[in-house]
Amino acid sequence: MTAVARLRGAVVAPLLAIGVAGLLCAVALLVSGASPWTAVTTVLSQLGSGTVAVDTVNSAAVYYLAALAVAVGFQMRLFNIGVEGQFRVAACVAAIVGGTVVLPPVLHTLLIIVVAVLTGAAWIAIPALLKAYRGVSEVISTIMLNAIATGMIAFLIRPETFGELRGNNITTPPIPESGWFPGVPVGSGTIFGMVFVAAALGVGYWFLLGRTRFGFELRASGESTTAASAGGVNARRTIVVALLLSGAIAGLIGLPELLGRDHAYTLSSPQGYGFTGIAIALLGRNHPVGIALGALLWAFLDKSAVALDVVGIPREIVLIMQGLIVLSVVVAYELVRRMEQRAEQRRVAAGTPEPVGAAS
Amino acid sequence: MRIDQRIGRRGRLVTAIAVMAVTALALAGCARDTGGGGTAQGECERVPPPSVPAESAQPEPEKPKADASALKVGLAYDIGGRGDASFNDAAAAGLDRAVAELGLQKANTREATAQPGESEDAGTTRLRQLAEQGFDPVIAVGFNYATGVDTVAKEFPQTQFAIVDDDTVDLPNVTPLVFAEEQGSFLVGAAAALTTGTCAIGFVGGVDSPLIQKFEAGYEQGATAVAPDIRINADYISPAGDFSGFNDATRGTEIAAGQYDSGADISFAAAGQSNQGVFAAAQAAGTRAIGVDSDQYNSPQLTDVRDVIMTSMIKRVDVAVYDYVNAVAGNTVDALPERFDLRNDGVGYSTSGGFVDDIRPQLEAYKAAIMAGEIQVSSTP
Repeated sequence: MTAVARLRGAVVAPLLAIGVAGLLCAVALLVSGASPWTAVTTVLSQLGSGTVAVDTVNSAAVYYLAALAVAVGFQMRLFNIGVEGQFRVAACVAAIVGGTVVLPPVLHTLLIIVVAVLTGAAWIAIPALLKAYRGVSEVISTIMLNAIATGMIAFLIRPETFGELRGNNITTPPIPESGWFPGVPVGSGTIFGMVFVAAALGVGYWFLLGRTRFGFELRASGESTTAASAGGVNARRTIVVALLLSGAIAGLIGLPELLGRDHAYTLSSPQGYGFTGIAIALLGRNHPVGIALGALLWAFLDKSAVALDVVGIPREIVLIMQGLIVLSVVVAYELVRRMEQRAEQRRVAAGTPEPVGAAS
Repeated sequence: MRIDQRIGRRGRLVTAIAVMAVTALALAGCARDTGGGGTAQGECERVPPPSVPAESAQPEPEKPKADASALKVGLAYDIGGRGDASFNDAAAAGLDRAVAELGLQKANTREATAQPGESEDAGTTRLRQLAEQGFDPVIAVGFNYATGVDTVAKEFPQTQFAIVDDDTVDLPNVTPLVFAEEQGSFLVGAAAALTTGTCAIGFVGGVDSPLIQKFEAGYEQGATAVAPDIRINADYISPAGDFSGFNDATRGTEIAAGQYDSGADISFAAAGQSNQGVFAAAQAAGTRAIGVDSDQYNSPQLTDVRDVIMTSMIKRVDVAVYDYVNAVAGNTVDALPERFDLRNDGVGYSTSGGFVDDIRPQLEAYKAAIMAGEIQVSSTP
């Protein structure tokens, strides 16, 4: 009974939110003079054309990693806003190392992954130590390191350091084929191999948080630091490990595209995944399955923006939709929570024997 | 006791080093202040322009107009899209001119725009969807589309593609539309050096990328060709990879104000929408600025500040787009220039406002010298 109720709560709230967001978007489209029906058919039919379906899954994997990185911190009420910087520095350094060394196939890929993970963790080590030993807010320090990351990357990929000039773009030396992560061809596209790594990480995340002592300590510290400390949890160690883990996962965000498609880090390499990850972690309520669904939805909406733009419907509608979904999910969860609370209160009230004389 | 002594000695040593460092800095500062070979401040020694026989510098004749009424043209913009008063708007103007002059149907054109920070597959999908819907030619604006054009042009070998600002895609159905930005920048650099009253000028680049460095390189070469002793302050708004510098008027104002404070009286702004900030700084400081890409003196968004825009380095993306559509319609794509430069009116300087009227003979002389190959303009600073 309680399990069914909980599932209902978890499913009803987001569906409600998406429904409300969709309705509001339809209104926005009507106001702007575009047809919501054309929008819906365009958005759905795009999945069948070209590589859009495959691209959606690939992007979702990237978003999934980003949201996992954020969620690990969220579990302990730590806001790692620096996922963006961690992933970009990690992708850049991994691309440079991968394009420079010569190794046999599997080892080469593994080395790139390890370098990315270590770089991501190293980039967050500064805020982690500052937080644990000096009480510096991780929000501030990770944001500031994002700005430093931009400068760092600009320095690293200059043609004078590790970059190469290609046309008007600068790229890191291309990673030879031995360093690529093979994918699964589907139709005319290719599902990145890293998609499966991301899925495996989701399972690992679930196991770590729900089934290990460390996960328990992490969540306990998130609920109440003082109570956890009183219970024997080493707060400093938990903070440092949680943030390092977050940074390590963040280091992987750039790899699906780097190892599966681009094979080099360039001036025009994508940005913003770290911030998208925050929204998706909120959307998925830090739950590995919820995040996966959120990531898929977000990726699908992203691709829809391109398709809508091409048929002449303002693509900004997708941004509105994404913003509305996050907002209404937060509101919907709160509503559902209150409704359940009231139902629970009524149930308890009904279950208790009523005072004598109150009945009439 | 012994410890105290050691600290004392080390303290003195540190003081000595500090004093020496400060002295050295002060001396260096003095050296810079009095630099310039003893000429009084504001007086530039200027070199006369080379003279080139007029017939060796003839511009190419204009192409005949073809009938584009049967074409369906797809245009994929860079971030900002139509309405950015800069790069993308220039491409849009080229398309509009093709509609007005070549009989291209407005309904047969389609425009799509990139989002900031988007992944590569978004650009690829955009081009693919345009091609799928039968748009031919498809024009990609900006080098970010290089991989996308490479992928999609192979999937649609019967469709014509063009890409602005990139020449790395080598396919029979892809036409690169690249520019000699350094040549136009040379001329506005010369204009700045001919006009400055303080013998100091500035350069504000949007993003410290190879493309914008071409503007800086030409500008500096042009300025030093006129006045070898001129002082040039070159600054960029954002580092490579951070494209916010093209869209940050506030920081444009700060950087330009810093250049004007340190003595420059003309700054060349190659910073997309951030140019507006540079113009605002020039207006506040009572100095001049040089615009970029289009004739910014005539830009409707800039009427408030246009009196500070003495000239603009024009990069005719509109000419390239128009010429390309014309060439596709007339089946003469192979005859398009390899690079749009001074010879084919692909780059140049604007004269609106009349600020450069008195130095036009010199500028035309430099233009002729570059067109004749007498002056080679480097594309790296």
